[in-house]
Amino acid sequence: MAKRLDLKDVDIYYGDFHAVQDVNLSVPPRTVTSFIGPSGCGKSTVLRTLNRMHEEIPGARVEGEIQLDGEDIYARGSDAVAVRRTIGMVFQRPNPFPTMSIRDNVVAGLKLQGVRDKKKLDEVCEASLRGANLWKEVESRLDKPGGGLSGGQQQRLCIARAIAVQPDVLLMDEPCSALDPISTLAIEDLIGDLKKEYTIVIVTHNMQQAARVSDQTAFFNLEATGKPGHLVEIDDTEKIFSNPTERETEDYISGRFG
Amino acid sequence: MSTALDAPDRPAVPETFRSVSASRKIKNQAATVLVTLAFLIAVIPLVWLLVSVLVKGIPAIVSADWWTKSLSGVTPDEVRGGVYHAIAGTLIQALIAGIFAVPIGILAAVYLVEYGRGRLAKITSFMVDILSGVPSIVAALFIFALFISILGFDQSGFLVGLALVLLMLPVVIRNTQEMLQLVPDELREAAYALGIPKWKTILRIVLPTALSGTVTGVMLAFARVMGETAPVLVLVGYARAINFNPFQGNMASLPLLIYTELSTNPSAAGQLRIWGGALTLIIIVMIFQIIASVISRFSSISK
Repeated sequence: MAKRLDLKDVDIYYGDFHAVQDVNLSVPPRTVTSFIGPSGCGKSTVLRTLNRMHEEIPGARVEGEIQLDGEDIYARGSDAVAVRRTIGMVFQRPNPFPTMSIRDNVVAGLKLQGVRDKKKLDEVCEASLRGANLWKEVESRLDKPGGGLSGGQQQRLCIARAIAVQPDVLLMDEPCSALDPISTLAIEDLIGDLKKEYTIVIVTHNMQQAARVSDQTAFFNLEATGKPGHLVEIDDTEKIFSNPTERETEDYISGRFG
Repeated sequence: MSTALDAPDRPAVPETFRSVSASRKIKNQAATVLVTLAFLIAVIPLVWLLVSVLVKGIPAIVSADWWTKSLSGVTPDEVRGGVYHAIAGTLIQALIAGIFAVPIGILAAVYLVEYGRGRLAKITSFMVDILSGVPSIVAALFIFALFISILGFDQSGFLVGLALVLLMLPVVIRNTQEMLQLVPDELREAAYALGIPKWKTILRIVLPTALSGTVTGVMLAFARVMGETAPVLVLVGYARAINFNPFQGNMASLPLLIYTELSTNPSAAGQLRIWGGALTLIIIVMIFQIIASVISRFSSISK
């Protein structure tokens, strides 16, 4: 199931704009890696290249290699759709499909990939909702629209939807930034559970969150607006937050930057 | 204790928020009068038109024959028969237009919103703009030139339908495009992130989300083309009898009936048919608009 990710000499461009420079990092399986750094440093951009989501933006391109268990996801002939089936993503704002019921939202991925077996879909639906700690809350209203849930529930619904297709890696782009502290806690607990089965990469602006949920932390920074972002360092979360190697990281973490 | 402090306890503050200058009051009044006046000027002709059509048209449409019989065998000055043939013709011609314009229009809009990048999209978009500015008589003459003058077809209801396609297309495209653009990109991304291919995302996520608005727009496009007069004047002859075959023979429609009675029948019976026809057309268009609003109410995304 869970697989490792390796980034080698990754450069990301939007048209002529060099967005991110020379990123090298590895994400071992069954761990949580968090990306932190100031706005515009390219952490979300790097995250979106991990499942080729940036390709939806015209002019975006990647140089270097991104490997999933040694297989280059950008290799000639590799299909973005297939990559995304293996590497799922949860977004900043909860985005359940408004036309679908809670049940259909969860199994949307399987259904639209052509799975028809109703019994299997129901099983996956329950397992995924349980996996996302949402089953008890929605058990009785699976046929109601997903838009009727609270923000935190919607976000867990999106996580259930993402794990229903059984990806190897789960990417999370600031999954708690639109949620209140209690929902945030629920999601953070969930991340702790999910890491037993998935490789997780999470982008967050909340450094306490990074410290709480992740095993290793990558700090990104940029020299100035308009300059490309780069990876400053990546290390065990504990080390980054107590005794980082780079001065830059320490300044950012302790609030003395700029 | 929710009451305010007693007067003597209240701190003395100048009344900053009460002194509105005289010039501002005057300007405010003037602007209010102006917009109210503009509103009345806009509404008066509308109400006038509706009232006179209703008053003069109701006597014609209250008979059951009006809705179920044609004018076949009825002399011009006889108050008898109905406009069933014209209603059927109007609906058939609009349907023909819809069969072509709705799928092409929706697919073109999908192209423009979901796929269109670069030159071709710009050209397409520009062409749609031009098409929406084409007067209906020009669309009719184009079909006449192409199908009747060059290809040698006879006049028929089908050709009217084709001319209406040209008028309906830009309305359907522009409306669908707007509806598709209202679908948040986050939904598309969510679907892509599940490993759903783009075409399936469009078909199963984007279009259903935009459905109610799209259907409403299509209904309004129907309502619009049904009143078009130029194509029926140029492309088909008037028939007093029922003709369900759009490929052969003359075919009536409500605008054509009104025009024919107006230009050939000065009798009181003719007057009655004109107003009755106008009212019938308004009623049909209204039915389509009501259907549109019902659809948009019931199929709108439930929160």
